[in-house]
Amino acid sequence: MASFTPTIPAPRPTTSRGNRADLPPVVGGGDGSRPDPGSPDYGARLRRARLGLVIALTPIMMLFVAFTSAYIVRQGLPTFDPHTNTVVRDWIPVPLPTLLFLINTCVLVLSSVTIECARRQLARQVALEPVPSIPGVSLVTERKFPWLALTIVLGLCFLSGQWLAWKDLASRGFYVATGPSSSFVYLLTGGHAVHLFGGILALLAAGASVILHRPLASRRIVVDVTAWYWHFMALLWIYILALLEFAH
Amino acid sequence: MATHEFAAGESHPHAAPQGFIRKYVFSLDHKIIGLQYYFLGLAAVFVGMFLSLLMRIHLIWPTAVLPFLGEIKPETYLSLVTMHGTIMVFFVLTTAPQGGFGNYFLPIQIGAPDMAFPVLNMLSFWVTFLAFLTLLASFFVIGGAPLHGWTGYPPLSALRSSGPGEGLGADLWITSIAVFCIGALLGSLNFITTTLDMRARGMTLMRMPLTTWAWFCTAIIGLLAFGVLLSAGILLLMDRNLGTSFYLPLGTINGQLTGHKGGSPLLWQHLFWFFGHPEVYIAILPAMGVCSHLLSVGARKPVFSYKTIVLAMLSIVVLGFGVWGHHMFVSGMSPYSGYAFSIPTMAITVPSAVLSFAWLATLWRGNIRFTTPSLFGIGFVSLFVAGGVSGPFLAQPALDIQLHDTYFVIGHFHLIMAVAAIFGIFAATYHWFPKMFGRRMSESLGRWHFFITLIGTYAIFVPMHYLGIAGHPRRYSQLTEVDYLRDLIPVQKFITYAAFVTIAGQLIFLFNLFWSMFRGKQASDNPWEATTLEWTTATPPPHDNFGGHTPVVHNGPYEYSVPGAPRDYVMQTDPAAVKAH
Repeated sequence: MASFTPTIPAPRPTTSRGNRADLPPVVGGGDGSRPDPGSPDYGARLRRARLGLVIALTPIMMLFVAFTSAYIVRQGLPTFDPHTNTVVRDWIPVPLPTLLFLINTCVLVLSSVTIECARRQLARQVALEPVPSIPGVSLVTERKFPWLALTIVLGLCFLSGQWLAWKDLASRGFYVATGPSSSFVYLLTGGHAVHLFGGILALLAAGASVILHRPLASRRIVVDVTAWYWHFMALLWIYILALLEFAH
Repeated sequence: MATHEFAAGESHPHAAPQGFIRKYVFSLDHKIIGLQYYFLGLAAVFVGMFLSLLMRIHLIWPTAVLPFLGEIKPETYLSLVTMHGTIMVFFVLTTAPQGGFGNYFLPIQIGAPDMAFPVLNMLSFWVTFLAFLTLLASFFVIGGAPLHGWTGYPPLSALRSSGPGEGLGADLWITSIAVFCIGALLGSLNFITTTLDMRARGMTLMRMPLTTWAWFCTAIIGLLAFGVLLSAGILLLMDRNLGTSFYLPLGTINGQLTGHKGGSPLLWQHLFWFFGHPEVYIAILPAMGVCSHLLSVGARKPVFSYKTIVLAMLSIVVLGFGVWGHHMFVSGMSPYSGYAFSIPTMAITVPSAVLSFAWLATLWRGNIRFTTPSLFGIGFVSLFVAGGVSGPFLAQPALDIQLHDTYFVIGHFHLIMAVAAIFGIFAATYHWFPKMFGRRMSESLGRWHFFITLIGTYAIFVPMHYLGIAGHPRRYSQLTEVDYLRDLIPVQKFITYAAFVTIAGQLIFLFNLFWSMFRGKQASDNPWEATTLEWTTATPPPHDNFGGHTPVVHNGPYEYSVPGAPRDYVMQTDPAAVKAH
């Protein structure tokens, strides 16, 4: 006869907040690399990883704040023109490939939606993971739409679109060193692309963990954190686009 | 015998490694990573000190032919200045107090088994190590190390043809700094997450030792500052290698147009000093924490007004980001901006003074044990105050016109930031050595080391203030060619002789450190009779810090001479003190 003991994990104390804790904190490695499935400190690890992400986003934000301040300062700088002996502005606005940028924006926003679907799908899977082990309870198998793979594809599409945008700028004679304005276009879009590529690598790692049979909970943490990172990247891109479009 | 209450049910993030490589080289253990940082800092400080020795020799004997090195040329002198500053600021004052002691003791002091993200922690050390190698490599490329000083001002730093070291050497220098930024950011991420998320039961924020508070505040500064330095470095690399003009105005070099136009060197100065001034606090805050901590241990008294010290440190974090312009009073920046930066600069002396008074009040009428760590703690206060009083002079834009870029500035920041922070490192080394290596350092050698270093430091840096007031500019390689400087050479000679003695004194420390590691007296688990969590665990601490337990905290960190308590100190884990209060 089957045992009647439920295997749903008991709620664990969600704290190590010093004075408010009435139980010892549950601690463990938070980098999502530890292979212990159904680890009881899963909640704590998720919370720690999210906290780490919020903290990690701060210097990325500072990086782009610094670029923005340089952008604004450089725009206002005069330069001496030796041919006319006058002080002139050398800021020539770059005609942006706006349509291409808008398409790219749509792709990125769409990928933000798909990664959110992937995040929620995994959260549901983790929550329901113990259910089939309850005797007499069975789950209707959910059709697993490959949200994660779709997000990776859309991310790569976005990067290819950016590549096309750079090719377009170059074909019209705007290179990195052509003028301060074009330098900043390449700097800001390139800086964003590098960060987004980091997100794609994280998603690939999460995808590889399926093949490597890593525990679901670890994958869920990686995808969760990458999803928030990805949303940040989408917002950052919209900010960069607005800066380049409206502040030239 | 102390009875420590422990909570069971501990799980450690990673199993204790067995092989040598995983245990001592690519270790995930915060204690090993802390030691790696410490020894990196130790190697760097001796390299940096050796460079300063060469500088001092060159200043008073400009034509001397040194064994193996030959005669130091003026451009070599400038690269010595650059590398001394860069190595000391980044690889000593940033790595040893924060990466070294912070890594080793922050998790233990809050009762955690490790840092929050051990893999990132390991990565942060190895990235920093890579940055150090990259920096040293610039000595060995064509043209040698860069000439532009640790502040790397363009146009000098942005044009390859501006000097012998400004080719590949400068590229390596900038790359090294950029890589260092990434390592420092990974470290900060770990420190903040660990402090916020991994404190043991009962370890409230206001029960954290002040060292932990200081490391936490330092990590916040690093998190906000290093991203900006990284951005400045990226722009500089683009100006050098991609032909952009962020920092470079129209100009000629050797009669040739540089091909750049429209940029502004001031942009670099703003971005650099937005990082550069908070960097000063990255260097000094851990020392402030160590000093607050050790003076209380040494004086057998609770630290004077714990809350005020915490608030003062937090206000330094905030104000430290609003004062960067005081490095740029004579840069051509608007004089109105100068005054705007002068006011917060004056304001930041308030929390600094509050801290100084708190330290003095902690010592006041204490039953002071003059152990070596206490002596270095007191030495830190002395240097911090002595260097600090010249700060308000430099904070005045009008006075700074005379004093800027003179030896006055050198004297000021070496006292308040450089050697004071080094004293913090020394104090921490003497204090925590028994916990880290299980042995005691020699007290008598420690005393010799302390007095030679303290007196030597004053003998080196106080005369520099006179040189500066007399108008002696910094970074001049030869003094014999300048009339009004020739009369100041005797002072420079005195400084060099003092440097010889002080540097010799550091060999005592080096001997004491390594001799005690193997031959020192065996240390008990709590040799200083201190109260914080690192003294409740075994010596050296086991892999998971508390041997399968998590400590439970009942008291504040500075319960010394508590009335009614059986001993003159109450451990943070002692339940008895709750009733005694």
